[in-house]
Amino acid sequence: MPDLRSAAVPDLRAGDHVRGPAGAPLVFFYGDFACPHCALAHARLAGAPLRVAFRHFALRAKHPRALALAHAAEAAALQEAFWPFHDALYADHGSLADPHLWERARRLGLDVERLEADRRSAAVAERVARDVREAMRAGIVATPTLVAGGALHPGPPARALLEALAAS
Amino acid sequence: MSILAAGTPVPEFTLKTEDGEDFTRADLLGHTTVLVFYPFAFSPVCTDQLQVYEEVLGEIEAQGARIFGVSTDAGYAQKAFRESLNVTIPQLSDFEPKGATAKAFGAYFEPGGMTNRALVIVDPEGVVQWSHLAGSPGDLPGANLIFDGLAASA
Repeated sequence: MPDLRSAAVPDLRAGDHVRGPAGAPLVFFYGDFACPHCALAHARLAGAPLRVAFRHFALRAKHPRALALAHAAEAAALQEAFWPFHDALYADHGSLADPHLWERARRLGLDVERLEADRRSAAVAERVARDVREAMRAGIVATPTLVAGGALHPGPPARALLEALAAS
Repeated sequence: MSILAAGTPVPEFTLKTEDGEDFTRADLLGHTTVLVFYPFAFSPVCTDQLQVYEEVLGEIEAQGARIFGVSTDAGYAQKAFRESLNVTIPQLSDFEPKGATAKAFGAYFEPGGMTNRALVIVDPEGVVQWSHLAGSPGDLPGANLIFDGLAASA
């Protein structure tokens, strides 16, 4: 049984999805692709002088598509397309059904059959579940939650918070 | 008002289940029970809290514990709330006399006339094994605290 007692968010590690200017302050973005507030956070983070590492906090009860979308994004990552797929999900929040995912995958030049197989694999499910477990252990209770320097910042980030994080 | 501390026997109380049945101290005996006091059904903050706990319900039960939500809302409102969240965690109503159980546990927020945000783990003998009162009703206790509490109880 997994240990779910308190523990800080793990440091950046191999396999994390991270982008942004080298040397910029690092922010972990615990999010859910079905969450409108996460889409807002994504929009506010765009262009911020921060390095952003995305980790999943997709809850079954929260949205019926949350886990399916997280799994699809991890399947896209196996074709080196996590960030393009991530951006495509947040860019069109009204289109999150399976045919919409296939269309995105085709548009991004992905192997749709492989994506379909991978997103249902145990390895992808475990990759997402690991992020969710670690978020739980860190006391994360809301999406989105930004984590920087060990501090949790739930909710879409205000401009002042992003400026403070960028200056940290 | 301070939350019941570890080692304190739970006082007599009566809550109502969603079916309108009494849920009393006697119903705690023989089980490890996690009571989640939260302010209001349908408040956005509580929404996240119960959905987070639902995600780890299997792990809570695997540790031999049961979990209930407790608020001063009427049972009908609690049931509608639970169903709207796609959550199965059973609810207990502290509606009449309003907040009497929360007050007995030290989990009532007088300024708001509502249940405060608190976690209480009761052992099978009806004794508090661990408790946590949030700094404010807006502070959500993470699921990690439940597992810290269960580990402390073991």
